[in-house]
Amino acid sequence: MSERADEGLPAAKGPLIYRQSIWTRVTHWLWAICLFFLLLSGLQIFNAHPALYIGQQSGFEFDNAVLEIGAINTPEGPRGQTTIFGQTYDTTGWLGMSGPAAQPSFTAFPGAVTIPSFRDLATGRVVHFFFGWIFVGTMLVWFVVSFINGHLRRDIIPMGHDIKGLPEDIGNHLRFQLRHGRSYKPLQKLSYFTVFFILFPLVVLTGLTMSPSLNAAWPFLLDLFGGRQTARTIHFGAMVLLVLFFVVHVVMVVLAGPFNELRSMITGWYRAARDTPRLKGDKP
Amino acid sequence: MSGLILNRRRFLAGSAAAGSSVILAGCDQFDFLGQRDNPVRNFMEQANVLTYEAQKPLIGQQSLAREFSSSEIRQGMKPNGSTNPTTPEYMFLQAQNFEPYRLTIKGMVDREVSFSLDELRNMPARSQITRHDCVEGWSCIAKWTGTQLGAVLDQAGVRPEARFCVYHCYDNIQRTLAGDIFYYESSDLIDAYHPQTILAYGLNDQVLPVANGAPVRLRIERALGYKQPKFLHTIELVDSLARFGQGKGGYWEDNGYDWYGGI
Repeated sequence: MSERADEGLPAAKGPLIYRQSIWTRVTHWLWAICLFFLLLSGLQIFNAHPALYIGQQSGFEFDNAVLEIGAINTPEGPRGQTTIFGQTYDTTGWLGMSGPAAQPSFTAFPGAVTIPSFRDLATGRVVHFFFGWIFVGTMLVWFVVSFINGHLRRDIIPMGHDIKGLPEDIGNHLRFQLRHGRSYKPLQKLSYFTVFFILFPLVVLTGLTMSPSLNAAWPFLLDLFGGRQTARTIHFGAMVLLVLFFVVHVVMVVLAGPFNELRSMITGWYRAARDTPRLKGDKP
Repeated sequence: MSGLILNRRRFLAGSAAAGSSVILAGCDQFDFLGQRDNPVRNFMEQANVLTYEAQKPLIGQQSLAREFSSSEIRQGMKPNGSTNPTTPEYMFLQAQNFEPYRLTIKGMVDREVSFSLDELRNMPARSQITRHDCVEGWSCIAKWTGTQLGAVLDQAGVRPEARFCVYHCYDNIQRTLAGDIFYYESSDLIDAYHPQTILAYGLNDQVLPVANGAPVRLRIERALGYKQPKFLHTIELVDSLARFGQGKGGYWEDNGYDWYGGI
């Protein structure tokens, strides 16, 4: 390492801190892979019966649907149509009917976002349950390790000072003033806490509630979620929130410096903001 | 140092580019998973074996599927799959109001037995209001009435070497150039002897309609809809599923669905 030419002047860069443990990094990327395959195979499964209901059963002779995606015939030809909470929208090209105009495909979600791209519920289930197991295994490892190494207490569970600092943090985010310190900011903690402690358990439990076998073993799941069809609807809703989280997550990574953020999730080393106090173990 | 950073940057940029190209290229990248003999798919299918092994001890042998109150029967039972078998044999039975119908228990049993519809109806009956869950995702609650399969199997005397029940059906679910493919299913003996596993001949206090599997269909209430074979005529006790269909244990299993069917 050569002598620094700017000795005595304010440092041009903040310290390089070791922020992400190997456990955090490996589970992070495993989750990224799992959620990719779970989402796309899940949409394949949804396409087999593209409607969501509230209650124990699907209403065929009564109406308890909250979402329906399909195609209808009109005088001008077939159109894709989505009905959500009683409001009907024309979603031709996106939902219900998509693909080239000469040869449209009539699936709820287009083949571009399903695995496989063609209609194949059996394969969608194989892929979904395979990655479901990896997802749950990763989650259990992450919870145990993060409890032991303090990651939960330090970075995920919002404490009193996080709640107090929330208004300031919201203000900073609104002004796009994103400082990168040694620890996570209140909004960051809150969003990770929501994902790990609410959405992840919710998506797993509602998934298990859809298993007729597990309904016999754990009937309380049916009561907890208000029936198999409500569980299916919540499962879908949790997916939508996870996709929303993913979008915001990637936007924040880009705004906060994608190279630095990606490096920390690959090597563990993160370049903190310029005025971050240096500690033993940091790199210059 | 700068060389190192550059390499790292190149690596990060490279991984980002590789990742986004997969997404932008669309999901037909993964269409090979639809090939039934693809080794990657076969490996992934092992997760279903894991599910079966993990759930079996969890649910136990006797835990019951939830039964609902009669007020939950808000609609007719939605018929699905084949709803009107067209083989001469079945059409003859249907024309005779199923008078000549016989349900046969054979294979690894002490004595092959068969029952007429009246004989089945005169055995102790069980009625249950349960939820039918289709693999597609929908559910429908209905009241099923029938004879417990376990009691019928006991009359035949299941031999110790038997491991599975294979359920043979009248319905030609698929017609091919090579001839009709008939629906069949199978279960382990735990499901066969489960108290709610019945040979159903009644639906919502009526005689079981043709669309729902007349004269007799099976109900295995802790499994998905495709494990509830309709138009049942023979139950064969076996120690291996290899010689039936494509050896996967059922019509839909031969078409890529998992044999367990509990999730």
